[in-house]
Amino acid sequence: MSVLLNKDSRVVTQGLGATGKFHLQGCREYGTQMVAGVRPGKGGTDFEGCPIFDTVAQSVEKEGANVAVIYVPPPGAADAIMEATDAGVPLIVCITEGIPTADMVRVKRFMEGKSSRLIGPNCPGIITPGEAKVGIMPGYIHKPGRVGVISRSGTLTYEAVHQLTLVGVGQSTCIGIGGDPIIGTTHTDAMKLYNDDPDTDAVIMIGEIGGNAEETAAAWIKENMTKPVAAFIGGQTAPPGKRMGHAGAIISGGQGSASDKMEALEAAGVTVAKSPADMGKALLDACEKKGVSVKD
Amino acid sequence: MNVHEYQAKELLRRYDVAVPRGIMVTTAAEARKAAEELATPIVVVKSQIHAGGRGAGAIVADGAEAARIFKENLKDEGLPEHDKPGGVRLAKSPAEAEEIAESILDNLLVTKQTGAEGKTVRRVLVEEGCDIADEFYLSILLDRSIGRLVVMASTEGGMEIEQVAEESPEKILRKTIDPTVGLLDCQAREIAFSLGIAAEKAGDAVKFLKALYNAYVELDASLLEVNPLVLTGSGDLIALDAKVSFDDNAFYRHADVKALRDDDEEDPKELRAAKFDLSYIALDGTIGCMVNGAGLAMATMDIIHHHGGKPANFCDVGGGANAEKVAEAFKIILADENVKAVFINIFGGIMKCDVLAQGVVEAADQVGIKVPLIVRLEGTNVDRGREILANSDIDIIGASDMTDGAKKACEAAGVTG
Repeated sequence: MSVLLNKDSRVVTQGLGATGKFHLQGCREYGTQMVAGVRPGKGGTDFEGCPIFDTVAQSVEKEGANVAVIYVPPPGAADAIMEATDAGVPLIVCITEGIPTADMVRVKRFMEGKSSRLIGPNCPGIITPGEAKVGIMPGYIHKPGRVGVISRSGTLTYEAVHQLTLVGVGQSTCIGIGGDPIIGTTHTDAMKLYNDDPDTDAVIMIGEIGGNAEETAAAWIKENMTKPVAAFIGGQTAPPGKRMGHAGAIISGGQGSASDKMEALEAAGVTVAKSPADMGKALLDACEKKGVSVKD
Repeated sequence: MNVHEYQAKELLRRYDVAVPRGIMVTTAAEARKAAEELATPIVVVKSQIHAGGRGAGAIVADGAEAARIFKENLKDEGLPEHDKPGGVRLAKSPAEAEEIAESILDNLLVTKQTGAEGKTVRRVLVEEGCDIADEFYLSILLDRSIGRLVVMASTEGGMEIEQVAEESPEKILRKTIDPTVGLLDCQAREIAFSLGIAAEKAGDAVKFLKALYNAYVELDASLLEVNPLVLTGSGDLIALDAKVSFDDNAFYRHADVKALRDDDEEDPKELRAAKFDLSYIALDGTIGCMVNGAGLAMATMDIIHHHGGKPANFCDVGGGANAEKVAEAFKIILADENVKAVFINIFGGIMKCDVLAQGVVEAADQVGIKVPLIVRLEGTNVDRGREILANSDIDIIGASDMTDGAKKACEAAGVTG
């Protein structure tokens, strides 16, 4: 089992340009139920047997879509998230990179008090190995198991998953929460989900410079987390004031440095890998300390 | 993206934010004319560079002097004051304005924020003098933890807000903005009263603050800082200084803002990288890095450091890196003469390793690499990718994993880890 996503999830794709089409097929090949697509004005047509609707609401009504994945380019992406929210889709995964921050401020406000959860934007998506994948990650590197993965990055997550798989540790669900300053699901939100999931025994979180979401997660972990946690923070050598690729990865006003985050996590009892090559090992160490076995 | 003070003020003026009258000039003769035109008893000549601390900074003739003053007088708090003229100066006549501009233009200005190398001043802003009764601090910025904008105000004008936050946080008033309604009158009033503005002028202050908020929102700014915000003798607010940064992601709807970029203020290698949609940041180490994905690129810098080396750059070639992009990245990385070795770290996901390996080989061939090249490949079709590298004529040092790659790169760059 898993959090948020499983084999029964029914996914609608918003934004069917070349990227959306490519990944719709990739997710379907992985075994995900890709039940609908949305292209305003093209309702009634289909893409490779996947019915196309004019609106998200129609896909919910006709196909029972309960997950929306968004590849809509930045100018329309915020609207796409709010459309899916308005249609009552419980899980919305926004892959799009480059959405203006002001748009996300409005999205965040719009989603307050509504039942939808947003993952991303600017993220690789979410995968429950062996059951379903929603997003752009290579499915085959994952392996079903009992460790939860949370990450702000794409390829660094693949690296972490690869290391876990190499040391014989499978994953319950991997959530790419996204590299933007404003994201829907934070490290802390994801940590809570894993703590409550009976099928997750340990968690690895991958953070990076910028903001203080890792510090907030550390405070929550210290008070509430019952399962072993390992972490890595990217950008230990990043200079202040420079945006390191991700819109959210910047040390500014003395805030957001890797060392602050690592200290906070260590103080919360988290096993922190100093080198990105030791992420898998850190997870095993964290588990050993708590007497938890996550190997096959 | 950052802009100059004179550009920020021009933008604010469009949104009816009160700013002093001023004229940007590039020669001393023009500075004199500008002072004549402003016709105030005092004008201020302000160096225009993308860095703070200009007033306390030093105008110097060469890099060696800049480095010395940075180290001896500016770098840290509590160092003795330097005896050089600063980057912001008062002139009591047009002739004096000309003289000051002459001494500033085309010289280096070194400040606490420029780093030891300083920055060449190519423009000065000649501005009318201002009757200052009181100085405040005001800024609008994003609070990431709540996803809302906040307005911060403090009576401690002219001081760095980080310092105020540390020493006397009670002097900072923070108001969180609900984006559906924007800055409310009552919030703006509270800020005005907290700054001690007279009751009969509160209405004007509310207008000023709301104009500032509108400018922030409509321009898609990512930071707007007015420090100092000045209360004049007649009780009006005026933005004596203005620092504005913009959200690059919103440039598609602000071509006019994007056009304000001053290429002289940017690293030439970073500018060139941006043209090819590469994310590149120059650093001061000796090991060039080329990585796909921002997170893995940061982690690659970290692992090089972990093994005793120093990264020469951050470089994310993105998920869809083809031979052309990789070749361009090579050229930019190798243009840095400090680079003693290049470490390519690729985790092929959707982008397959064999395609990426082919790109690396073609690009290396095209560019002609003279420093050791260490390549670590992992992910989709990794075996075929490694085969392509092994069979190529390019001299490539293969690495089995990140640690191996980092160690080999450090060794090749002459660092013993």
